[in-house]
Amino acid sequence: MQVRGSRQITFALGFMAVLGFLGGCKKQVAGSRPSSAPPPSSAQPTVSLNASPTSVKSGDTVTLSWTSTDATDADIEPGVGKVALQGSTPVNPTDSTTYTITATGPGGSATATARVTVGAAPAAAPPPTSNNQSMSELFEQNVKDAFFDFNKSDLRTDAREALTRTAEFLRSYPQVRVTIEGHCDDRGSTEYNIGLGERRAQAAKNYLISLGITADRMDTVSWGKERPFCTEQTEACWQENRRAHFVAAH
Amino acid sequence: MIKKLAIVAALGIAFAICAGTASAQDWFKTGTGLGVTKARVAVPEFAIRAATPPALEKTFHDVLWADLDYCGILELVSPSFYPTQVPSQPSEVKFADWASAPANTYMLAYGNLSVEGTNLAAAGYLSDVHNPTAPIALQKVYRGPATDDGARKLAHQFADDIVGRLSGGAAGIAQTQIAFVSNKSGNKEIWAMDYDGGNQHQLTHLKSISLTPRWSPDATRVAFTCYVPFRGITSPQICIYSAASDRLISFPRYRGSNSSPAWSPDGSQLAFMSSQGGDPEIFISDANGGSMKKVTFAPGVNTSPAFNPKTGKQIVFVSDRAGDPVLYLANSDGTDVQKLDMPDMGYVVDPSWSPNGQLLAFSWRRPSGNFDIYIMDIVNRQLVELTRDAGRNERPSWAPDGRHIVFESTRNGKRQIWSMLADGSMPRQLTFEGQNESPSWSTK
Repeated sequence: MQVRGSRQITFALGFMAVLGFLGGCKKQVAGSRPSSAPPPSSAQPTVSLNASPTSVKSGDTVTLSWTSTDATDADIEPGVGKVALQGSTPVNPTDSTTYTITATGPGGSATATARVTVGAAPAAAPPPTSNNQSMSELFEQNVKDAFFDFNKSDLRTDAREALTRTAEFLRSYPQVRVTIEGHCDDRGSTEYNIGLGERRAQAAKNYLISLGITADRMDTVSWGKERPFCTEQTEACWQENRRAHFVAAH
Repeated sequence: MIKKLAIVAALGIAFAICAGTASAQDWFKTGTGLGVTKARVAVPEFAIRAATPPALEKTFHDVLWADLDYCGILELVSPSFYPTQVPSQPSEVKFADWASAPANTYMLAYGNLSVEGTNLAAAGYLSDVHNPTAPIALQKVYRGPATDDGARKLAHQFADDIVGRLSGGAAGIAQTQIAFVSNKSGNKEIWAMDYDGGNQHQLTHLKSISLTPRWSPDATRVAFTCYVPFRGITSPQICIYSAASDRLISFPRYRGSNSSPAWSPDGSQLAFMSSQGGDPEIFISDANGGSMKKVTFAPGVNTSPAFNPKTGKQIVFVSDRAGDPVLYLANSDGTDVQKLDMPDMGYVVDPSWSPNGQLLAFSWRRPSGNFDIYIMDIVNRQLVELTRDAGRNERPSWAPDGRHIVFESTRNGKRQIWSMLADGSMPRQLTFEGQNESPSWSTK
């Protein structure tokens, strides 16, 4: 049975609508007592950055687009520099690159990132399945996790692309059953994240149903924020933890 | 706008009285608690009788002092102001020495400790030093094993009796328990400890992931979220631990994800989240799983239910049906759903109802900031912020006296359990080893 080629896309994500959490924790004088109403202050800037497409061949053009609020300066690294407060620009990455926009204003600063994965030209279709390639290897190569924005269970474009590949695999191997695990980053309520993880798993399941995979081949379960794939306190790491992850059921 | 004064009045007893003590509380002093005097109590060391080891006396005194200092309604008189002669029983009290400067105390808690064999006896007294002829306010002999833990228990009992006398009958909390999640054993398991962090012990040994413990109203059981197999898949389910039998009580398992059980005030029902029908919704069933009914009907996540502990007829829960997760009130049959609007955007989770049913504590992630603990008066919707600029502060749970809140905080790096008075003062760290979260204060 023929299986479509798989580039090793480790992590092709559009980091969209990433709010400025990194700049959001300004400390006030230690030991000061809380007041019932915080003093008025300048609004915290927000910024979002999007890359399209998120997965290209070396030298291809990618369009970065961004918007910000409450900012006076914006800067995109690497290789772009100071930019308008909203706009778009073409870039031609030769290697996989995470672009970071930093928006600064009177109320602080905010950052957002967008990752572009640069791969080799698509490989030719892999050789037909042999005994050397186990089902678990095939599963790992072809079944892709879907990634989500903070606090969201909506399917982004990159998640739909990943799930479309997964659906092709599941159509090719009708005997395979999957458990779809919903995962969340470690910020926020344990209880809400269990619910949110379930919603993410169900969003992936419902999309696969819309692509013709029968519901009885898929179970959903939420791990909330209990099984992180990455434990650093960075947006890149949080993004990696917000996913619907596929496990072959036995 | 957000006002703090009215809510302080609603809190009733203690907070206003705290105004004068702790430093750096200028946000709180303003106009609150005028005319309210905090009762001054002197707590000299107990006299040692028979062969009582000094170490037991020290434990007893330290625990008694800490309990009374933290109770929220008393001001302890510094020992440097005490008269040189300390009484061990009522006949030895020189009332004028304690009533006048520099001690200037109203009440005097004193007594003696004696060891007989393996037993420790604490004779505790509470006298009103301004009324030498009045009957003694409290006299009681407390008995227990002559161990460090025994001395702690006797001190907690005496402290609760003193607080009961001086607070107009509201029981003290020195003998209450806090259930929590700890990874100290290598897995997240349910643990319990005394209200002051002492006597930490592991309740469950599931060796998977256990989360979100909540004490039953009679403090004999803990309902929690457990990751256990169901139809071949490890998934979150509802588990119940019985302290009496030291084992799990059976509860039905369902498809999908099930979590966040909460008891009705009479202990006969549980509300919990389940995705058995697809979307995560809130269900209410009998405590054995029978007579299950769905009570929320909105797409999105619906979770973190809590019954109004006073009436049992109303629930608060978290829903993201309108965007960010925020709090909703509803009747416990699911009717009359009301969104609790906030003055600002953000992410509002972890509701906990005060024992009198008037206040909600919760964690709120405002758009520009961290997670902090707030309380809201559910009638007039006024808010008070209790933590700020000290790590992420989440998952508050009220003490049965309505004067204290336990919560989890990352202010010292790792996630740990802290408690504080319900005005945000006197934060105190209760756990130090491993990572600890999701505290639940027992209701008795």
